[in-house]
Amino acid sequence: MLLPALIFITALIIGPFLLSVWFSFTDQRLVPRPIPTKFIGTTNYARMFADPLFWQAIWNTVFFAVIVTPVQLSMSLGAALILNSAVPFRGFFRSVAILPLLLPMTVIVSIWAVLFRIPSGPFNAVYQWFAGQGNYVDFLGNPSVAMLSIVALSAWATFPYQMLIYLAGLQEIPQDLYEAAKLDGAKAWHRFRYVTWPGLRNVNVFLLIITTVGALKLFTQVDILTKGGPNGATTTIIHYLFKQGYANQKVGYASAVAVFFFLAVTAIALFQRRVFKNEGEA
Amino acid sequence: MRIPRDAVLPSLFAVVLAMGVLLPLMMTLTISLNPNEQDIMVSMGSVRSFIPQVFSPQNYIEVWTDPVHPFVRYLANTALITFSTLALSILFNSMAAFVLAQGTLPIRKPVMILILATLAVPGESLVLPQLMMAGWAGIVDSYEVQIMPGVANAMSIFLFFQFFSRLPKELIEAAHIDGFSFFQIYRYVAMPLSKPVISAIAVLQFLEIWNAYLWPVMVTRGPEYRPLSVAMSAYFGTNQAAWGNIMAFAVSMAIPVILFFLILQRQFIASVMSSGVKG
Repeated sequence: MLLPALIFITALIIGPFLLSVWFSFTDQRLVPRPIPTKFIGTTNYARMFADPLFWQAIWNTVFFAVIVTPVQLSMSLGAALILNSAVPFRGFFRSVAILPLLLPMTVIVSIWAVLFRIPSGPFNAVYQWFAGQGNYVDFLGNPSVAMLSIVALSAWATFPYQMLIYLAGLQEIPQDLYEAAKLDGAKAWHRFRYVTWPGLRNVNVFLLIITTVGALKLFTQVDILTKGGPNGATTTIIHYLFKQGYANQKVGYASAVAVFFFLAVTAIALFQRRVFKNEGEA
Repeated sequence: MRIPRDAVLPSLFAVVLAMGVLLPLMMTLTISLNPNEQDIMVSMGSVRSFIPQVFSPQNYIEVWTDPVHPFVRYLANTALITFSTLALSILFNSMAAFVLAQGTLPIRKPVMILILATLAVPGESLVLPQLMMAGWAGIVDSYEVQIMPGVANAMSIFLFFQFFSRLPKELIEAAHIDGFSFFQIYRYVAMPLSKPVISAIAVLQFLEIWNAYLWPVMVTRGPEYRPLSVAMSAYFGTNQAAWGNIMAFAVSMAIPVILFFLILQRQFIASVMSSGVKG
């Protein structure tokens, strides 16, 4: 009874993991060549660290994660606070707020492609209202704006997930704490600062980690909308890995990127866990 | 309806939130119902692009009957892949979890630790070796190759394990005394009790597989086995001028998921709230 699942885990997770570590030290290609694959030591890693596009991909990915995480978490917390208060038609608002989570990312991307359209998509229509006719922002084609556009799209696409977890967290804060704070004359902001926020500490640490890790895996949005461009401005680590390993067929080299990615994600998650867990306890 | 005084401001924010979600979707629906491409381009960004002016099924008919991009085939592929993955994943992972939680095997602990350790490996970093292996096995561009990675799911084993280890000891012993074999206890006692876990896993994996993109891009070559998500991006890439059709494609792809959600709404919210699988 244990065997089927164990075979799947071994064959599809543990096996490939060990293989990618091995490949990262070889010149393995996607399609086999007449010359046999050989062990080349740490050449792939050396090449990777010497490639400016690799560093750009890291910078882009970190930039994306550092911006999208706080943006998305505050959107989610804000939405959760609204939907946890005594608003009329709460069930309706809750169902509406969940919608983006249900839409496939490819669908969301095509909807946002319309919103981003130049020169007269909806966002540019609003922009022209302020900046005057004939002005527009090239949301996806301007290297300094493209990643921020991807941030906006991504935050919209997945905030309901964190919102639902915040809602669950809010419902676990005992109501008497709020009653007591009210009796002591605490204003709404103070109730949030001294009751709600400390009550959400564990939820916050958990969401911070999963949102960051999720952000580091950015791929679909970028692949469909910008193909990593313009000028590499939206190339992320996973997109770089995909390009090198699949499009350029350099499996050995891309495996080095994969091993690096695995180590980086694990290190970041452990680091966040340590720092934020301790901070709360002190 | 009277709104209490403290609820005025939250209500306003709730309306803003709902508009932020609904306006892009209204626009999608409006464009999908407009058969006139030129009119779509002209009205884009104006109020007219958010409120349907015409109700024409033409774009939908074109999308569903397109011979180059067989929508119905894509839909069937996606449904087949999603439901096969769910069925196998729930069967195999619940069996394994039951052995690990209730069995007497001496190596249970190291096996469980090994399984949990795989949770740390992001699926994205495994796609290349998995693709090589699929090539060696000769199953690139097939249904199997899209089903198998989803079945290997440590999170689903973990969720079942948590549930099964909390089953009352008396219940298992009573079934044992009644002459049930270990497998029968799993089949007739444990599984019928685990409906909440099953639906939680089903909902989360449904979204994950239905929306999968990176892996299907790498392992499908043509319409025969291609799922909707990849087809959508290909369609989007090659028909940039036909926004009406792209939006009709988007709506057609979103509706099955929304229906699935409406059926399982309670379990859905409960499962997302209680777990933490998707990033």
